[in-house]
Amino acid sequence: MKRNVPQPPTKTYASWGRYPKAEPCGVIPLDWRDELPDFAALPASVLPYGYGRSYGDSCLNENGILLDASGLRRFIAFNDTTGVLHCEAGVRLDDILSLVVPRGWFLPVSPGTKFVSVGGAIANDIHGKNHHRGGTWGRHVRRFELVRSSGERLTCSPEENAGLYRATIGGLGLTGLITSAEIQLKPIKSAFIDEEQIRFESLDEFMELAQESVDDFEYTVAWIDCFVEEGRYIRGHFMRGNHRQAPDRPSDASRALPLVVPFNLPGGILLNQYTVRAFNTVYYHRQFAERVHKTIHYEPFFYPLDTIQSWNKIYGDAGFLQYQCVVPVENDNAAIKEILSRIRRSGEGSFFTVFKTFGEIASPGMLSFPRPGVTLALDFAYRGSSTLELLESLDAIVRASGGAVYPAKDARMSAESFHTFFPAWDEFSAFIDPCFSSSFLRRVNGEDAS
Amino acid sequence: MNRRPLVNHTGSVLIFGATSAIAADVAQRFAAGGATLFLVGRSEEKLTALRDDLLVRGAPKVETAVADLTEIASHERVVAAAKQSLGTLDQVLVAYGVLGDQRASETSVETTLRDWQVNATSTIALLTLLANELERQRFGTLAVISSVAGDRGRQSNYVYGAAKAALSTFLSGLRARLSKAGVHVVTIKPGMVDTPMTAHMKKGPLFASPARVGHDIHQAMLRGRDVVYSPWYWRGVMLIIRLIPEPIFKRLPL
Repeated sequence: MKRNVPQPPTKTYASWGRYPKAEPCGVIPLDWRDELPDFAALPASVLPYGYGRSYGDSCLNENGILLDASGLRRFIAFNDTTGVLHCEAGVRLDDILSLVVPRGWFLPVSPGTKFVSVGGAIANDIHGKNHHRGGTWGRHVRRFELVRSSGERLTCSPEENAGLYRATIGGLGLTGLITSAEIQLKPIKSAFIDEEQIRFESLDEFMELAQESVDDFEYTVAWIDCFVEEGRYIRGHFMRGNHRQAPDRPSDASRALPLVVPFNLPGGILLNQYTVRAFNTVYYHRQFAERVHKTIHYEPFFYPLDTIQSWNKIYGDAGFLQYQCVVPVENDNAAIKEILSRIRRSGEGSFFTVFKTFGEIASPGMLSFPRPGVTLALDFAYRGSSTLELLESLDAIVRASGGAVYPAKDARMSAESFHTFFPAWDEFSAFIDPCFSSSFLRRVNGEDAS
Repeated sequence: MNRRPLVNHTGSVLIFGATSAIAADVAQRFAAGGATLFLVGRSEEKLTALRDDLLVRGAPKVETAVADLTEIASHERVVAAAKQSLGTLDQVLVAYGVLGDQRASETSVETTLRDWQVNATSTIALLTLLANELERQRFGTLAVISSVAGDRGRQSNYVYGAAKAALSTFLSGLRARLSKAGVHVVTIKPGMVDTPMTAHMKKGPLFASPARVGHDIHQAMLRGRDVVYSPWYWRGVMLIIRLIPEPIFKRLPL
């Protein structure tokens, strides 16, 4: 069957936060990279869609056409000696891990879920717990093929079509369709991580731990309880780890069965101020000792939430918003303190709050989000205007501090905020493909009718 | 009886209609286990893309042949090329077919017969050839993708269903014949699967992923099963559908 005609969607195309709801007018499934539709001949704008793991509207194209890239899921070549993997853009990171870990290689950058596509990883220039050592995903992309609506198939690398290379990394799928990419993996000796968890009770302690871990730990991240009483800014667990240096034994292999949240829980009934607060208190006290060392498999270390499929449905049909910002470390972390204090006063608790320092390594991507500073990621159930007002007030703090908010997780930042956070926009916009668009793009350009 | 291990099959695998979503998934599972493959399909580009993928996944060797299998004259050439490449035919999967357009078939004899040629006549011709090869070889597994649609003719797709019924019946007899030679014949009856073949259909909870069905086929081939419904619950669903008396069945909007 020819795929040049968009079909009405035959399944749900949502983003991970399930907010906003934005239906495409049509979908074109892509099954072969040599058999693509003529984008310029289509009746509406197009946007590549992978597995819907972006949280807000950057993977949505309301009344436009989605190019479902999940059919482009083949490997093309892998060199065991150099660790260079060439694959199609719809290949998921878990596909790569199951192929390469037994052969002694690992992803150069691991985000919080392994169910994202390689194309999405490039388009959002994703980061992970090793940002201070490895930078963003885009730094490890040697080249990719980009198909433009002009019909051109361009190889983009730091040397070839360098402008498009830099625009497409972090370019939110707006510069064309990535069909395949070549990724530089990194060598490992073991599928296990030597992990250390340390309790901390103040922001200063966190900053000290982060600082002292930079040189000796490949991976660092912290979880914080943002419900502690006013005056004390935070408490939490600092986690740091390295790939185990000793080779694995066959008996090491073990896997947890996936749990599934099969449907939207009505009204997000599980999540309210009290349960969220209780969860955070229990989670903080699950570790009695101040320090715990253990060796764990890479899956629970990197992807603890992947064992609960569709965990996003615990927020119910209204969905949720994730808020991730980065602010520079200066003025005694005044911005972070203000953000936490603002959230505490709002009474809108975040179920799970992640805290991490970003390093200095720059990304080639023009619109890349990570920059030196402290990053904070929080979840908020969508409760209408009060939630939106809270997040807008956080944006104001981030704007004043010279930080940024992560587009991959955003569904509501204002055009003004976006352009303040991403001054490279003017340079970037020249590379947008005229036939590509997204709900996110129209929002931050102030084009949405709604 | 020639029993194969359940996970790693390092022998040979021959797949007809290899670039279909389900067959490609089965091929990937065999490749990861270290099998050598020979792929038959209509498009050189698609076969090459799949071949590259299988080599990365662990297949030591993958060769391909371009053929339109509805042309029965091509069968001997393709089977000879596969034997030349693989040596023995350990695992064979016949996976090509067309869903067709029931409405179009109702008003066009030509469409009906063309789809019948793909799903029944040419497949049965190919199976006749393959059966004789495997019978001479005296081992091997021959798996064929039929369909739950062949279990009872429904007004919504009886042209497709009738061809699959012919295929299932043919396989049932073939299984009995080849069992004397130590050859397994596996009839696969998938329900609705979310593949390019069904891209135009609204997806409901009864739709299975190609990976789910691919897993079932791979295991059924390695275990030498007889008739496999995939996912398994279709066996029960089709049992009920077959039990409905015809006077009632003809009034149902199925």
